[in-house]
Amino acid sequence: MDKKPGLLTILDGVTILLLLVAIGMVFFFAPVEAVMGLVQKVFYFHVASAWVGMLGFLVAAVAGVVYLVKGDRKWDILGLAAVEIGLAFTFIATVTGSIWARPIWNTWWTWDPRLTTTTIMLLIYAAYLMLRSGMEDPDRRARFGAVYAIVGFLSVPLTFFSARLFRTIHPVVIGTNQPGAQGGFDMTGDMLLVFFFSLFTFTIIFVDLLWHRARLGALQDKVEQLKLKFNA
Amino acid sequence: MFYLLQEGPAQTTSYFIAGYAVIFGVMALYLVSLIVRRRNLTQDLETLQELEKSQS
Repeated sequence: MDKKPGLLTILDGVTILLLLVAIGMVFFFAPVEAVMGLVQKVFYFHVASAWVGMLGFLVAAVAGVVYLVKGDRKWDILGLAAVEIGLAFTFIATVTGSIWARPIWNTWWTWDPRLTTTTIMLLIYAAYLMLRSGMEDPDRRARFGAVYAIVGFLSVPLTFFSARLFRTIHPVVIGTNQPGAQGGFDMTGDMLLVFFFSLFTFTIIFVDLLWHRARLGALQDKVEQLKLKFNA
Repeated sequence: MFYLLQEGPAQTTSYFIAGYAVIFGVMALYLVSLIVRRRNLTQDLETLQELEKSQS
């Protein structure tokens, strides 16, 4: 089995350290918002999770393009890794958003444009994993995955811009809130620092997880090749 | 004038705890799934390599 690269071990350490610092900043440094109280602090990791979700889907789309051009299955492995991580973090963002919404919007859920498009995006990529698992031929599965990830990526900018283009109660962080937005707030300097540090930390978490998941994918590919060899 | 009647931020501690429980819980579950899958695949690879060795 391939030995874990030294650089990945260092990255693991840096990731854990950054996450601990980010948690400390959220829990102890970031001020308590004057109206919403403690639940506002969920926002820091909620937005960071949503960012990682979209980043994952972007990486998958790019990996899909490169796979179709080069035909090297390592890009398919990377794409699958990126989608899986993207899906996990989009799920986190969706659930934490709902938890935040309960005391602020007085509802766990509403079919608001942002929430609706996020749900559609989540389902698109969940379907990616399910459909892939039903395909036995590795090359066919990789081609399907590449095309699906490219087309599926259309849902990502739609989700991101939904809170800016349509009437919505979902607040926006950067830009002007829609007139009906509820739960928006002006960030102080402390809040901005924690916000951007959280985004940075979660980006590093994504890179770290992606590397681990891609290594797992390579191992999976090796096992599959051997199994196919015995079945041939 | 209404701000004078406000008694401070809303009491939303339980939602804060629930939110972070979800964040850490899902991340931990995903990590565990990576570890378990790696362990299983490693065992599969060792078995297949032994089989390949015995057949050659």
